[in-house]
Amino acid sequence: MDNPESSTPKSPTPRRWGWIAAVILSFLGLCGLLAVVYVGLVRVQQGPVAIGQPAPRFTLTSFDGQTLTTDDLRGKVVVVNFWASWCLPCADEAEELEQAWQYYKPGGEVIFLGIAWTDTESKSLGYLEKYGITYPNGPDLRTSISQAFRTTGVPETYIIDQDGILAYVKLSPFVSLGEIISVIDPLLDR
Amino acid sequence: MKRAIFLLLPIISLVLAGVAVDFASAQTAVPPVITDDQVNAIAHQLYCPVCENIPLDVCPTQACAEWRELIRQKLAAGWTEQQIKDYFVEQYGDRVIGAPPARGLNWLVYVIPPIAIVAGVIVLALVYRAWRRPLPAAKSDGTPADDYLRRMEEELEKSK
Repeated sequence: MDNPESSTPKSPTPRRWGWIAAVILSFLGLCGLLAVVYVGLVRVQQGPVAIGQPAPRFTLTSFDGQTLTTDDLRGKVVVVNFWASWCLPCADEAEELEQAWQYYKPGGEVIFLGIAWTDTESKSLGYLEKYGITYPNGPDLRTSISQAFRTTGVPETYIIDQDGILAYVKLSPFVSLGEIISVIDPLLDR
Repeated sequence: MKRAIFLLLPIISLVLAGVAVDFASAQTAVPPVITDDQVNAIAHQLYCPVCENIPLDVCPTQACAEWRELIRQKLAAGWTEQQIKDYFVEQYGDRVIGAPPARGLNWLVYVIPPIAIVAGVIVLALVYRAWRRPLPAAKSDGTPADDYLRRMEEELEKSK
């Protein structure tokens, strides 16, 4: 115990320092990996964008080549409808959405945007023709728009108010023109 | 008569050559037949966002059937496998391909496993070498070469 050598703490050798650094780096790497996994899981479980939050900004290139950006539509109520030609419930509301578009079109205060989700262009165009849809429609390229809205399927409709705030979410088809009007009119009366 | 035949021969040859050219061009106009195997070979590498984790070739939904038909059309138009896969990624996003593209955080998927394997092999090699290293022999006067053991023995001697 009274050995002077035993009382002086030995400083770690360079080799030991290397081991300590390797362990710390491994630990930090593992923490980083877990953080990435955690963020991914949180994103997956988030669900659709919440009402009252700023709606995701996006640019839609329509099938006829028109480019529409949500920033340019500020000041209008924007109805964003996700659909697909293979989706049977989408067809249930297709005519009602077009009727609503015709109803609001003269006023110029509401714009409807149709977004074809994971659909082939030829089938999408056939669907639009079949149901006589005239408001701007385009493909969800790289599914970037649906990912921004964190959609869970089709049909889904998101209504954005004049300030770019998400005002209404419908995760199933509209059943009537009256239902659509009952959602949009209060936003116009604000 | 023979002279007439000799005169007609070039004309007959030209007519026959024309018919042959027409026949050949008619044959090339026929679209190539694309088999299900050809379609499925590519579809097997793609995934539909509608039914996640199910390869496109065995996915039973209407959406996937339309995608397989799209692959058939692209193959018939002469597109290569890579062109078709690139088109699907451009249209439907990275999720359609089985392996994530090596960019952004996706690099971790490709970098971490090999690094972990190499690091594991190095650690195993070092441990194995340490195990095989002979223990320090005792000094000629009987005291252990290891400082710790020497101190232990000293302490034991004191406690006797």
